[in-house]
Amino acid sequence: MRLPAWLGQHLAALRALLVLTVLLGFAYPLAFVALGRVPGLADNAAGSLVTAGSSLIGQSFTDADGNPVPRYFQSRPSAAGDGYDPTSTGASNLGPESVVDTLSADPEEAAPSLLSQVCARSLAIGELEGVDGSRPYCTPDGVGAVLAVFHRDGLTGPVTRAVSVNQTGTPFLPTYQGVPVEPAQPGQDYRAQGGVITPIRGTAPSHPVIPPDAVTASGSGLDPHISPAYANLQAPRVARERGLPLDRVHELIAEHTAGRALGFLGDPTVNVLQLNSALDGKS
Amino acid sequence: MTGWIFAGSLVLALVAVYRPFGDYLHRVVTGTRHNVVERGVYRVVGVEPGTEQSWGVYARSVLAFSAVSILFLFLFLRLQDKLWLSLGVDPVNPHVAWNTAVSFVSNTNWQAYAGESALGHLVQMDGLAVQNFVSAAVGIAVAVALVRGFAAKKTATLGNFWVDLTRITVRVLLPVCVLATLVFMVAGVVQNLSGGTDVTTLTGATQHITGGPVASQEAIKLLGTNGGGFYNANSAHPFENPTTWTNWLQMFLILLIPFSLPRLFGRMVGQNRQGYAVVAVMAVLALASVALTVAFEVHGAGTVPQAAGAAMEGKETRFGVTGSAVYAAVTTLTSTGAVNSFHDSYTSFGGMMPLVNMMLGEVAPGGTGSGLYGLLILAIITVFVAGLMVGRTPEYLGKKIGAREMKLASSYFLITPALVLTGTAAAFATGNNGTALNVGPHGLSEVLYAFTSAANNNGSAFAGITVNTLWWDTALGLAMLLGRFLPMVLVLALAGSLARQKVTPESEGTLPTHQPLFVGLVVGVTVVLVALTFLPALALGPIAEGLS
Repeated sequence: MRLPAWLGQHLAALRALLVLTVLLGFAYPLAFVALGRVPGLADNAAGSLVTAGSSLIGQSFTDADGNPVPRYFQSRPSAAGDGYDPTSTGASNLGPESVVDTLSADPEEAAPSLLSQVCARSLAIGELEGVDGSRPYCTPDGVGAVLAVFHRDGLTGPVTRAVSVNQTGTPFLPTYQGVPVEPAQPGQDYRAQGGVITPIRGTAPSHPVIPPDAVTASGSGLDPHISPAYANLQAPRVARERGLPLDRVHELIAEHTAGRALGFLGDPTVNVLQLNSALDGKS
Repeated sequence: MTGWIFAGSLVLALVAVYRPFGDYLHRVVTGTRHNVVERGVYRVVGVEPGTEQSWGVYARSVLAFSAVSILFLFLFLRLQDKLWLSLGVDPVNPHVAWNTAVSFVSNTNWQAYAGESALGHLVQMDGLAVQNFVSAAVGIAVAVALVRGFAAKKTATLGNFWVDLTRITVRVLLPVCVLATLVFMVAGVVQNLSGGTDVTTLTGATQHITGGPVASQEAIKLLGTNGGGFYNANSAHPFENPTTWTNWLQMFLILLIPFSLPRLFGRMVGQNRQGYAVVAVMAVLALASVALTVAFEVHGAGTVPQAAGAAMEGKETRFGVTGSAVYAAVTTLTSTGAVNSFHDSYTSFGGMMPLVNMMLGEVAPGGTGSGLYGLLILAIITVFVAGLMVGRTPEYLGKKIGAREMKLASSYFLITPALVLTGTAAAFATGNNGTALNVGPHGLSEVLYAFTSAANNNGSAFAGITVNTLWWDTALGLAMLLGRFLPMVLVLALAGSLARQKVTPESEGTLPTHQPLFVGLVVGVTVVLVALTFLPALALGPIAEGLS
């Protein structure tokens, strides 16, 4: 019996798929799994495991309540699960103009904007390290300095009302263009009511003391590195907590700093887990 | 500064391999001697390597293979919990399984699931990764068939799909992947079948270090311009892309085949200079796009990047802003969609560039095969436009571009804009844009990006949007399916139509298609067509956001 052409073609397709699956889905990957058992490659293939984790995977150096443990260098913020969770990798995915918080008394419903997250992190790091945590577009109490500005004629005309959208307490500005600034009420959508969302730059330096990587989450949520600038910022605190001379801590930072590969690839980095392990004498 | 050296070193490497690797590709698709593995495959499939197929049979073979692949992968995902190495995960729900099956067979690798929590190792290794290979080979095969159409003189046949599929897989994709896998393993990319290891961190918490056959899948993810990551974080994950030099290697692998295929084209039509003209168009568009993306990201405009001091949200320290921005451009200039940073958090204009790259039709240099045939379609449209200007019947490589050819080429061009714009409009009309994470213009960008990525078979995302709902999985699945296979059928029909023609000798009035004038014309036509089609949509999204 002769099969209809279309059926024969699909059966040929199925046979092709199956034979290629044997080659590409079994022979090829399993050969490399086997090769991954060979000494020299075995450590890498298994995930570069070290005493307290993987040297490639970042981790949190916080206590059970999520507060930084001061004797350790701190990693970057992380959006992977509750922080550095390899079973839930990823980024915040908030955009460059994510500046209006969703305010709510219920913490489940409250959602800080990316701007307020950056401001809050900067404030907290400033307090921890004893440095200036101020940043452009941030209020002194660590949220985004953003007003909803209402004009008489929609987008034009004199300002009739101004609301500090991310603050329920005392606004960061007493007045805006002669109009007193109100605090925000939870549950209000000032943008929908016709307010023009206006971030206020403020007077903070455009290159803040606390470097950008310290206040932003990575793409993977598992970034094992921080910038040398952020490591140096943390050095005095770590030296003080451990009773080590500051020079010694700087030496260890230098030992665990990788420059640009070949002089031009990527950015210089400090591996936080390896640095902390060295401080603990576990390297 | 280091950014320019970085991009320059990639350019140099691609220039160095253009001739040798392009010549090798040429030998693979024109060779008539078959090795033992290939003969084995032919025997199983039941194909005589010498037999030639008409365009219709070639197209039906492509479609049959892809249909069977989608069904196979769908069932694989639905039944994964019953199989070896399932790691205790649940079966993938029907609409995510449909979306994922279409996604990997169409070389899109859009991911409506998170690899580390939703999939077992077997389905990644034998379902997804196998499609990474064969979907790339299908793309190259269709491009080669089109080139055969240009090169042919009054024939009815375009080669044999099964032979092309097998030879491209066995002789090109597999050997390069073997080398790349080894290099990735040396760099620290994992390759094991472990379900993971629980470790105790320095502060006494527990961390689950994941495992998986990652290196072998990573190699083909890039070489085949697929882009589907083993893990949700894709190439930002240190287990997929651990170092700055693997980051360089990843971009090289992405660009290797698409930038070398014009050499194969030049060789097959018997004029290497035609290949140089095509690669020049690709290079001009690619360099402009990379330069703009890097400039926008380094400049770091926008409220949050200004507050942070740099556009570092969603970026890894080791890659920095530049190494991330170049990657974002490369992955969307091709049909890859792998990401080493999260585009959703880019500056408004920096994030617009990946969108624009995809809207260009992914022709600079585009996906494996799809980039070449996409660009040849644009070349045909350019020849036609130029022909209108001087009032002559347009010709390209000695083949007359008549009514039938133009109908096929214009239909090809219209498919993706139709899918992108109607899809985006449908999302808003039905309220499904509500799953976007961000609000305002950025929310529109997330929706627009999703359909642009799906219809162009890219697979990257403004990932804030939630897309594993029934509506999104169905709609994006359709966009991927139609965005892949309708153009392929049109390309093969065009190839058949060109192959039947005799070769018209060049005359004084023939537009030379190997000179800078023509390169400039193709670049101009591409940019103008894209700008006319998509500018209104871009104005409502990233442009509105960036200018507010």
